[in-house]
This record gives sequence, C-alpha cells and structure tokens, in this order.
Amino acid sequence: MAVTDFEQAFREKIDNEIKIEPKDWMPDAYRKTNIRQISQHAHSEIVGMLPEGNWISRAPSLKRKAILLAKVQDEGGHGLYLYSAAETLGTSRDEMIADLHSGKAKYSSIFNYPSLTWADMGAIGWLVDGAAILNQVMLCRTSYGPYARAMVRICKEESFHQRQGFETLLVLSRGSAEQKAMCQDAINRWWWPSLMMFGPKDSESTNSDQSMKWKIKRKTNDELRQQFVDMIAEQIKVLGMTLPDADLKWNATRNHYDFGEINWEEFWNVVKGNGPCNIQRLNARRKAHDEGQWVRDAALAYAEKKRAREQKEAAA
Amino acid sequence: MMNADNNLVNYLLHLADTTLILSQRNSEWCGHGPVLEQDIALTNIALDLLGQSRNFYQYAAIVSGNNHTEDTLAYLRTEREYKNLLLTEQPNGDWAQTILRQYLFSQFQYLYFEQLQYSADTQIAAITAKALKEIKYHVRWSSEWVIRLGDGTEESKVRMNAAIITLWPYTGEMFMPASYEQTIAFRGIGYDCSELKEIWQQKVKTIFEEATLIVPEKVFMQTGGKNGTHTENMGYILTELQYVQRAYPNCEW
Repeated sequence: MAVTDFEQAFREKIDNEIKIEPKDWMPDAYRKTNIRQISQHAHSEIVGMLPEGNWISRAPSLKRKAILLAKVQDEGGHGLYLYSAAETLGTSRDEMIADLHSGKAKYSSIFNYPSLTWADMGAIGWLVDGAAILNQVMLCRTSYGPYARAMVRICKEESFHQRQGFETLLVLSRGSAEQKAMCQDAINRWWWPSLMMFGPKDSESTNSDQSMKWKIKRKTNDELRQQFVDMIAEQIKVLGMTLPDADLKWNATRNHYDFGEINWEEFWNVVKGNGPCNIQRLNARRKAHDEGQWVRDAALAYAEKKRAREQKEAAA
Repeated sequence: MMNADNNLVNYLLHLADTTLILSQRNSEWCGHGPVLEQDIALTNIALDLLGQSRNFYQYAAIVSGNNHTEDTLAYLRTEREYKNLLLTEQPNGDWAQTILRQYLFSQFQYLYFEQLQYSADTQIAAITAKALKEIKYHVRWSSEWVIRLGDGTEESKVRMNAAIITLWPYTGEMFMPASYEQTIAFRGIGYDCSELKEIWQQKVKTIFEEATLIVPEKVFMQTGGKNGTHTENMGYILTELQYVQRAYPNCEW
C-alpha cells in the first residue's frame, strides 16, 4: 500500500469511531501529539503528588490522613498507566522522565501553586480534580485506544477524589469561623489557576485544531472551561462560599454563566517556569530520581547476578 | 483514664502508636521514592499500618472511656505518653535505612501477631488476624529489598551495613516486655514478646545470609519507647502530626 492508502485507512477509522491501536499505521504527527499529550498527562499525575503529599504528615485526623494517602497513591498509579500507554507509541519511561527533568516536557501548571493550608486539600480535590475530570471524561473517547482505556479507569477514581475534596470543604464550611475563613481563602487562591487548567483561549491554542480533527480532543478549551464554570458556580452555593470573580453571573440568553477575564500574563509566566513553585517541584522530582539512582542500580545488579546464578545451576 | 483497664489501654496504645509512627515515617516517602512502583508499594504499607493503628486506637478509646476517640488519642497525647517502639520513630535516612527498619519490624510484627490472633480478647484476635495478611506481604517485600541491596552493588552493601549499625540498637526493645505487656500476656490477652527473640534472630539471620550481610553481635540495646522515653525524633514527629489539631482545638475535620 502506498502511504496515501495508509492515510486513507487511518482517516476512515477516525471517521468511523474505530480506535487507533499501537500496531496500526498512524501519521508521525499523530504519534508525536499523543506522546506529548499522554506523557504530559503522566508527568502531571506524578508532579501532582507533591502539593498534596505536602499535607500527608499534617492531616488533621486519622481518617483524613488515610484518605489523602490513598489519593496520592492513586495518582502514582495513574502515572503508571499513562506512562505505559505512552510507551505503546514507541517511547520509554526513562526518556519521558529525562524530558520532564530537562524541562523539555511540561506538566499541568496548576501544580506550580503552593498548598498552604489544610483547606487546600479540599480545594485541590474539588476544583483541580473537578477541572481535570471534565478533560478526562472527554478523553475516555479519545481516538488512541490505550489512552482512552487508561482514562476510563482513571476517571472512576478521579470522580471519587473530587467528591472527597468537596466533602472536606463542606466540613470546613460548617465549622468554626477560622475553618470557614480557611475554606474561603483556599477557594480564592485555587479558583483562577483551576480555570487556567483548560489552557489558552481557543483563538490562541496552537495544538487544538489538529487534535480535534484527529479526535484526540473532542471539546475545545473554551467549551470545557465554560462547562466547569457552570458546574462550580452551582456547587459553591452548597458550601455557602463565594468565587472570587465580580463578573460571575448567570446569563439567561446564553444559558451559561458569564465570568471574568483570566490573567493570561500570569498563565504564560507559570507555563514558562515563573510560577511560585516551578523550581521546587522540578527539583523535588530530580532529587528523588538522582537519589534513587543507586537503588535502581542495585536492583539491576542483583537481578543480573541472580540470572547468572540460575543459568549456571541450570547448566550444571 | 481512671477506672478503665489501664494495662489493656496502655497495651493497645503501644500497638497503636507503634503502627501509627511507622506509617507516618513511611508516608514521608510518598511522591519521593526511587522508582514509581516502589513509591506506591511503600505508601501501600503506610496505609496498611495506618489502618492497623486506627483499629487499635478505636478499641483503646472504647476501653478507656472518657469520651476518647481515635483522634484524641493520636493527636492530643504528648511524646512522654506515646508508647511506640523506638525503632519506628527513627528517621527514614536513605532507602536502605527505610527498608531495613521495615524488615526488622515486619519480621517481628509477623511473629508477634501470629500469637496475638489467638488472644483471649476477641477484638485483638480479630484485628491481628486481619493484619497478618498485610504483614505477610510487608515481610516479603522488605526482605526481598534487603537481599537486593545487600547483594546488589558495592554501594548498596555499604549503605545496608550503615543502616544495620544505625538501627540494630533499637531492635532489643521489641523483646523486652513493659510491665503492662507482662500483665496482659499473663491474662492470655497479649503474648510474652521475649519468647520470640530466638526465632526472630533465626529468621533475620537467614535473610541476612542470603543478602550477604552479617548480623551484629553484642550490641548494647536502647530501650524506653514502650514507657514513653523516646529519642529526640519524637517531638518533631508529633509536632507535624498534631499541628492542625493543636492550632485549631475542638474542631471537626
């Protein structure tokens, strides 16, 4: 078959909602886009362990500690599935991690914000996981099979995390004056960065168009962001808290909430590495990797010795 | 805790504190492990230990009365009231030290809970029987790592030997019963931990031999954890653990 025939077959699969599988022919750019997106997603899970991991030792009750520990562990698990999904496209976890550590690969900018109080554990669960879920629910139908299947599994756990985050805030919102203030403060700090999670405006998004055509993405950044605002603007009423946006109001004509302008200068600065914790997050990942080198070396050396001994015994 | 069965309460607190503090230490690794799979595995052990500690605290709260809950017991007692083994409060150090601490403890805990599952106290019997399934995995995972690191590279062996020197003095306490333990053992609720010393040594020796490591001899043993006399680590652990509860008293979380 000529390349054009392969392209035709690929196009037909996409059009007919048949998943693209690892051994199928695919355009190089489709492969690269998926590697970029899936590895970025995997890195986000791993770097995302840090702001929440920050509160495990200080969780205010044993039950909350158990929930948080399990949640952060789940994120590690999500990172594993996603690295495996990306590996089906011909890259390796080592390469992906090297790209993360060199700054070549990105991760979700939201994790470059600090987790300052216990209420942040609630706000991250509710807002950050809430925003992530909208994206991930869409990705359950993404055109690359291994990615879509990893997402189905991840979504189940994520929606559980979001409910736990909301419930953490609900308890605070019904608590002492200090707890209420802590709750509102966390919402104030995490609201705008959560809106930024959906990426640049559609008019500015360089990768969006092609990804929509390939059905890697099925909703635009702005569509997902609107869906998120509409959802949270209702849920916050249950908490009796407010969102820090004077322009937020229901628009009956559009049947959506209107909301204020995102600070795009902040957005691009955090993307470029100038957020409050970019340096700390990457350094923490590099440190774990570097200090783990001797452990990985020892495991490898032992496995080789063991194999050699077994071969010798088999030969004897 | 007057009028309550003080020996039983102290015994339960000893079991609860030991598992909580080791869980707290292990969870410091979460997100920082040397390999993602092992980060997840150690967090899993931290979760198991936390679950065990909660079972013991909840039962201790019932036995002690006084409106105690698992959280008042964990969050509102001071370092002189904590009764955990000194071994569990030792710093994580490097991966070798964390692994060895886990193995030395899990190997003991397995043998000990094997006996406690037949406790005359049905609650303790149920908690320990359930925990045994988890501990069996902890022993396997940690002993495999002891072997891998001992018989891995030159560097990993040096690190394992350093960990042995650091941690060994805290192993003796496991086999020296506190007075509340003796009373509880006598009542058929607990078990005389000194009886387990020999078999624990044999088990450790077998693993160390496979790991090409040497079991230290004639080491002077540190004691005191079971009666609330800890190493200097303890205050810092509780400072972190209890921070929110101490800063905002009498709140629901």
